Amino acid sequence: MEEHHIKLDLANPYLSSLGTKGGSKSEPKNGPVPFKMPPKTAQIRLVSSHPEVYEPCDDSFALVDALLADRTNLLAHDPTICMEVGCGSGYVITSLALMLGREDSGIHYFATDINPHAVRVTCETLDAHGVHAEVICADIATGLESRLEGLVDVLVVNPPYVPTPEDEVGCEGIASAWAGGENGRVVIDRILPIADKLLSENGWLYMVTLAANNPLQICVLMRQKGYASRIVVQRSTEEESLHVIKFWRDAEVLREAKEQVGTSKTTPAVMEYLLSQFPRMSFWRTGGNSSSNS
Amino acid sequence: MRLLTHNMLSCNIKGVTNGFPLRIEVEKSMEKEVDFNIDFLKSIFSKVEWTALVDAARSLGYNELPEEVADSSTMLESSDFLKKFHHALLELHLEEGALICPETGRRFPVNKGIPNMLLHEDEV
Repeated sequence: MEEHHIKLDLANPYLSSLGTKGGSKSEPKNGPVPFKMPPKTAQIRLVSSHPEVYEPCDDSFALVDALLADRTNLLAHDPTICMEVGCGSGYVITSLALMLGREDSGIHYFATDINPHAVRVTCETLDAHGVHAEVICADIATGLESRLEGLVDVLVVNPPYVPTPEDEVGCEGIASAWAGGENGRVVIDRILPIADKLLSENGWLYMVTLAANNPLQICVLMRQKGYASRIVVQRSTEEESLHVIKFWRDAEVLREAKEQVGTSKTTPAVMEYLLSQFPRMSFWRTGGNSSSNS
Repeated sequence: MRLLTHNMLSCNIKGVTNGFPLRIEVEKSMEKEVDFNIDFLKSIFSKVEWTALVDAARSLGYNELPEEVADSSTMLESSDFLKKFHHALLELHLEEGALICPETGRRFPVNKGIPNMLLHEDEV
């Protein structure tokens, strides 16, 4: 499964132009790529703004780059419903709609944000690019959770991941875009079970995480729900180290998770595999293990 | 907001068991043309609560949908039916108004086509 994904990635001619540490830099095998219109992303000059709305930044670009890098897979995945939780300026959902296709292709988009200014700005950004998403002002997915259960094929999330004092979480306005509480995990840990509920049988989740969020442990948590994972984009800036992680339901992982119900222990082989993806995070080896057992 | 979205929304105030479908209060509605895609309509049909869609369309002044779909496989081959389904599901928009919880009467406002489903602290 994993190998299959990587193989498809290498076939993506756009990947080589992405300056990401996680992405492969190898040239496509079939020689030079003939000129082709690059898949579109939202244009910054057309992205609407508001003083209380988070503007597209390194994390947004990393997420869109991850979606671009995985675009071939996404198109083959043939999604019906795509959704973004925490759409902010609308840069990501607009880019997704531009790269996967408008409604005539049979894909429909939903986007939520807790910030009423953000949902309005998202609508303006979508309009400016001539694409449509149904935009809902909601806390993660309030109001959608029961009826949209099991219908979302692709879910993208750039969560508020910055470690902050607990009382900043859920504040109104722009702070809701970053305030993540202890280890930046408070909102992420609320999103994961909702994502699991919303995702369809073949659902994929793309999520941005910060090194401080302990992404290794997030992968372990999702593995216990039956999801395999891999890093699509890894990027370090002066201030932060970002990963965009893709999670997908995997029959074998699910079977393994069911066998381990009650013990909630992650086998050494799986830990080694996950650790191999986060080579610079091996200091979490014990931390990740002990907290996943608690 | 489209009626597709209305069909996917319910009131999830703590303790509410019957929060679907939300009743529509219309101040302003509009129609926007959307490209027709048969595959989408066929795949989403089984996920749509039909009665809720019929009632929602009616509240926006569209009365062309059949009350019941007894034989969906035949209906989904009818281009007349698919066009009406497409129109009701995707082209009718609630621009201004509210969505009302059938159990509690709680109003969720809809402004500029965006429903606000945020709950108050004492509702979570």
